[in-house]
Amino acid sequence: MTTWRLEVDRHLCIGSGICAGTAPTLFALADGVSSPLVPAISPDQAAIDAADSCPVEAITVRDAADDHLIAPEQ
Amino acid sequence: MTDTQQVGAARPYPFSAPDRLNLDPLYARLRQEEPVVRVRLPFGEEAWLATRYQDVKVVLGDPRFSRAASVGRDEPRTTPQQIGNGILAMDPPDHSRLRRLVAKAFTARRVEQLRPATTAIANELIDGMTEIGPPADLVEHFATPLPVRVICRLLGVPHTDQHLFRIWSEAIVSTTSLRPEQIQEYMGNLHAYMAGLIAQRRETPTDDLIGALVQARDEDNDRLTEQEMVELAAGLLAAGHETTVTQIPNFVYALMTNPSQLALLKAQPELVPSAVEELLRYVPLGAASAFARYATEDLDLGEVRIHAGEPVIGSLSSANRDESVFEDPDRLDLARGVNPHIGFGHGVHHCVGAQLARLELQVALGTLLARLPELRLAVDEKELPWKSGLLVRGLRAMPVTW
Repeated sequence: MTTWRLEVDRHLCIGSGICAGTAPTLFALADGVSSPLVPAISPDQAAIDAADSCPVEAITVRDAADDHLIAPEQ
Repeated sequence: MTDTQQVGAARPYPFSAPDRLNLDPLYARLRQEEPVVRVRLPFGEEAWLATRYQDVKVVLGDPRFSRAASVGRDEPRTTPQQIGNGILAMDPPDHSRLRRLVAKAFTARRVEQLRPATTAIANELIDGMTEIGPPADLVEHFATPLPVRVICRLLGVPHTDQHLFRIWSEAIVSTTSLRPEQIQEYMGNLHAYMAGLIAQRRETPTDDLIGALVQARDEDNDRLTEQEMVELAAGLLAAGHETTVTQIPNFVYALMTNPSQLALLKAQPELVPSAVEELLRYVPLGAASAFARYATEDLDLGEVRIHAGEPVIGSLSSANRDESVFEDPDRLDLARGVNPHIGFGHGVHHCVGAQLARLELQVALGTLLARLPELRLAVDEKELPWKSGLLVRGLRAMPVTW
């Protein structure tokens, strides 16, 4: 079964809150900075939406098996 | 309650007509005494207004608050007629589907590539000012053409048409400056104009943002409808006109009326990025807050119980002056360290053009102060003409000399 890995670069994150609103089961803000609520997930369009909507491209979604970048769209 | 107002009675909102860039002191009192309060806007149903930073972030960021639920309701508003808000009246995942398509053109990385061109435009405009003046009108000769040329380039709109859409753009921020039927007419014109550009791109594809939207739609009809595409593109063009255009003169005004901060910025131009963040916090762009979020379930906001179906408005300007987050919040402090302001909003509707606005504001201030270090008002401050009847505060004209 395919698993995706979520990461947020805390140094890039500007705390816009877009990801936490777009994918509230996957991301949350703490002290104004976002982090994934779970490190690995089953494929979920909301993760792609969050990564593609991040204004500073702080979120990456990768295939856990081969590290292939799924989002954001380059 | 130390106020004479009865508990539960809705206060008329906005509390007062906008006075330059001064925030009504009632916000500060409400943050202390009654942070979530009943308000009645000129039109639509009563609402709650949140004034504290943390509460405002909850209203804007928590998925239990919905913009989509505003559809079909008599939304609290400052205009007589209810305008369809397009993407601003959507929640995820619908909202995300459209947002993704445009967000990638506005990432920090993509926007940074526009810095040299933006700087060149700023220098060209200042060359123009020095040819005709001093004096010159900062609004007409600098603050308006700079963001307009940048957004036109990004979207792929010929800026030679700007005499057309510049007038129509006012429709998206007008409250009483235009008659309701004018607002409808201008919105219609803007949409028709954009539909024309879209048709051209079907004939001849382009690599600008409108071209990218056309390509996304034509490859996969499920990604966005024709109407959504027209509204999105028109919305971006209009937003590119009414925001940074207004904030450049507001920022210069705020600096001129805080001379020690202006002197600091001239002495330390490396403070420009931090100065822009502080000005985004300090300058209350909005004349009033709107875009109520509707609670989708019963919940507590601070000490107030919000019932499912009730609209709540968050005041960005008040949140940005919250003394529990910002030390000495009414002071403009360009060297302020941590500055988690929400001048661009928060949550899924966080301004999509935020990074572009930051770039434009940094370039505008940096270039102006470097090229015209003696820049000052050419008229008395009291004679400056402020706009009225709009959702935003700003100057109609700003005569400057150097």
